[in-house]
Amino acid sequence: MMNEIMNQAITFALNNAVLAAVIGIIALVIILALLMGSGRIFRKLFDLMANNAVPAIFIIISAFAIPLSGYSASYLVQELLTRIGRNSFLILSLLIPIMAGMGLNFGMVLGAMAGQIGLLMICDWGVVGIPGMILACLVGTPIAVILGIFCGAVLNRAKGREMVTSYILGFFINGVYQLVVLYFMGWIIPITNPALLLSRGYGVRNAVSLLGIRGVLDNLIPSIVAGTTQGQQFLSANGSGAFFLVHIPFFDGAVRIPLATLIVIALFCAFIVWFRRTKLGQDMRAIGQSQSVADSAGIAVNRTRIIAIVISTVLACYGQIIYLQNMGTLNTYNSHDQAGMFSIAALLIGGASVSRASIANVFVGVILFHLMFIVAPVAGKNLIGDAQIGEYFRVFVSYGIIAIALVLHAWKRNREREAARRSLRGNRGGDN
Amino acid sequence: MSDKNNNPLLQLEHIGKEYYGNRVLTDISFSVEPGEIIGLVGENGAGKSTLLNILFGMPVIASTGGYEGDMRVDGKAVHFTSPNQALAAGIGMVHQEFSLIPGFTATENILLNREVLNGSVMSYVFSDRVSTLDRDAMGRRASQALNTLGVNISPDMVVSEMPVGYKQFIEIAREIDRKNTRLLFLDEPTAVLTESEAEILLLALKKLARSGIAIVFISHRLNEIKELCSRIIVLRDGRLITDSFAEDLTIRQIASLMVGRESERKEEPEPEEPEERPIPEEAVEVPDVNLVLNPKPEKKKKKVKPALKVEHLWVDMPGETVRDVSFEVRKGEIFGIGGLAGHGKLGIPNGIMGLYPAGGKVRLFGRSLTLNKPRAALGRRMAFVSEDRRGVGLLLDEPLDWNITFTAMQTQGRFLMGIPFIFQMRNEYAMRKEAQKFIDALSIKCTGPSQKAGELSGGNQQKVCLAKAFVLRPDILLICEPTRGIDIGAKTLVLDTLKNYNKEHGTTIIITSSELEELRSVCDRVAIVGDGRIAGVLPASSPAEEFGMLMMGQARREEEEAEESA
Repeated sequence: MMNEIMNQAITFALNNAVLAAVIGIIALVIILALLMGSGRIFRKLFDLMANNAVPAIFIIISAFAIPLSGYSASYLVQELLTRIGRNSFLILSLLIPIMAGMGLNFGMVLGAMAGQIGLLMICDWGVVGIPGMILACLVGTPIAVILGIFCGAVLNRAKGREMVTSYILGFFINGVYQLVVLYFMGWIIPITNPALLLSRGYGVRNAVSLLGIRGVLDNLIPSIVAGTTQGQQFLSANGSGAFFLVHIPFFDGAVRIPLATLIVIALFCAFIVWFRRTKLGQDMRAIGQSQSVADSAGIAVNRTRIIAIVISTVLACYGQIIYLQNMGTLNTYNSHDQAGMFSIAALLIGGASVSRASIANVFVGVILFHLMFIVAPVAGKNLIGDAQIGEYFRVFVSYGIIAIALVLHAWKRNREREAARRSLRGNRGGDN
Repeated sequence: MSDKNNNPLLQLEHIGKEYYGNRVLTDISFSVEPGEIIGLVGENGAGKSTLLNILFGMPVIASTGGYEGDMRVDGKAVHFTSPNQALAAGIGMVHQEFSLIPGFTATENILLNREVLNGSVMSYVFSDRVSTLDRDAMGRRASQALNTLGVNISPDMVVSEMPVGYKQFIEIAREIDRKNTRLLFLDEPTAVLTESEAEILLLALKKLARSGIAIVFISHRLNEIKELCSRIIVLRDGRLITDSFAEDLTIRQIASLMVGRESERKEEPEPEEPEERPIPEEAVEVPDVNLVLNPKPEKKKKKVKPALKVEHLWVDMPGETVRDVSFEVRKGEIFGIGGLAGHGKLGIPNGIMGLYPAGGKVRLFGRSLTLNKPRAALGRRMAFVSEDRRGVGLLLDEPLDWNITFTAMQTQGRFLMGIPFIFQMRNEYAMRKEAQKFIDALSIKCTGPSQKAGELSGGNQQKVCLAKAFVLRPDILLICEPTRGIDIGAKTLVLDTLKNYNKEHGTTIIITSSELEELRSVCDRVAIVGDGRIAGVLPASSPAEEFGMLMMGQARREEEEAEESA
């Protein structure tokens, strides 16, 4: 029975894939035709498509991949909610440097490392639960501030090349981080918990269990959303009264909500909205658009840029702590690695660009990017018979999308520059 | 001048400035009274921008050894070391380039870094920068400043969507909003405005002056200066030439003061004799050259096709935009293109050669030329000597023989040996021989053809550039700023070389230069460019004053009026 449905779905999808290819080719032809044509409406339409090309591609791919994966709606919603809670904070930390015209802050991994050091320390000290998380933040903050000032100072010497500089800076600090964690911890920095240390007596193990704080924020306010029958089943299975239950009619399934995490994220969004309205936010917007003008108006450009990076780094530190409390294990030497890349990819998929990003971009991005992550492996397996294809797809997509976004940005900037000079071209004298 | 104050608002005493031994300002003294509008005029290089830099304490002044003389504000000696100090003393400045943030609204730009803030507890904990902006109050202040100017601009309009003229008003509104502004410098504020916009601006400035703010107005549009200002100061070659009331000067007089000639002398028979910067040999030769060369083309005029015919050319060269230019160059003549910097004279040759995006029609000996392709222009036997000698003109790290033969090798396939398209290599011997020929002919001072071009002096580098162009055996030679940055002796040599080459080979030469005297001494005819258009073409023997009038945009207006009435 199940197989039959699956087979039907696959044939349907394959047929659709052919259809999709045809539609894609037609779309491409239209785009090219629009490129050649110069009518104003076409141009506007083309601009609209060009501006939202990345999210549009993802929506189209998801539209095909979701039925292929065969996942239920409640499963997808559950997974997405978990990932929104896990990743949004990290991605939100990218917004402020973009506002200050410093592009995508690949240096956010510095903050992630600071957060991990905070987590290692509380694991050693055996502080658990919400106090443990707060303590980890307190330990991580000064480290993140110092790294942020360092990063900001370096970026001030590499104006116009912030992205590649911060990317390489991430590698450099990663080396320092490894030195500290692998050699200094247990030697210069006292670590008493033997479960953390390598058998040689110093250096931290690769996998550190964060059981003490696992899910503490997510489950601080236990709550689920469920259809009537599933809700009852869920309550009887997990003990009634412990959950904050919301019934939604016609909804099939039960979904846990990481309510406290979402509240923290909402507070953070409010912070960003408020921050944009402050003098500091205004200064950053000014600097983002023209450093020389801001400078001649007496705004302390370099200092403000450092502040932007410090805020971003500290927030990335908190973001990584939230991320890891959800994961429950810390890969001492790898967890921070992908934090930057995946956050940036998600933000770009949400329709942000190197010079413009909003809170909406963050959430659209995190939903589209992770929807792809959830469904791609299964869809790949169902389509080709190999789950590995989804994994390739995942890596291919995240790096590819960053590349596309950077190319689109450069292309758009060139076009804007030409548009700005258009008035200087052409035969103006013919008008008289 | 008003006697309300014992001390003038601003007083300059014997201001002077040298850049690396090159004197740009000498003994400038004048004073500004409250509510006065002073017109400051002078050609490019007369020292206006240096004077402004000194007044505003720009870092470039201090880093090149400071300045001489004293500056007083309200009688107190001041020495600004940063623009912020000048602002604090109540001196405002509206720049030639817009210093506005494109994505911000008028309000945000007018109040940039002077935003009205809501008080908050946070601001005590941290600093004022964490207070939120009071957008209503900001809007009110911005509209107030705009109303003072008498312009109707919505304070919520985004600057990037504004017409150019509006931007100028936003800049001025920003300076007015500063409460303590008492003296306002405007650097060519009307250059980008249409006539009606300029009129509104002039009205606004008069209104401002009545409220007691002193204004120093820098412009090349002399009729505006005459209309607006009560006093006019003329700078020339770093000296203060005139400081007198506007009523006492006619526009014609101002123009001639600027270009360096007394208007009374215009009737004299030898107007070519330079006054300030003599180029000794030229002064004697010039009349002869003109007499010899001028009649020739005039006789042939109707038979000979023009060597170069340019129709409605536009060129998008940053800072040197050419809007609509049409002219003809006769075969065998030396044609000069002059005009003020930034008005597009350099854009013309660069556009014709295809170095910047261009459009319009260019005909070479009757056949049209493909624009935007340097290769096409070179293929039609046009040679180009760029004004950017070190950037475009030369391969600085390569030897002279490479430099001299490079373009010929690339575009004409000369100085190569082997089988074309299959295997070719440089013919070092031929290259050296050719290079040596030019080193001797142009007396380039160097150790030999293998010396690197970067090691030569400016004048000798320029000769290498000329040699590079001569090697192409061009039909038309376009030369930009042939004497820029080289000493007087070398200047004479370079100009002589050009003249001789023209005489010997009959090559048509087009010289673009900021030095009017130089053009008049070498060329047969000189076109003056203004605002990206040809203001007029005059025989080189016309009096300097005529050229001055063209440069200041006077004659064009008169012509236009004549055309309209016709």
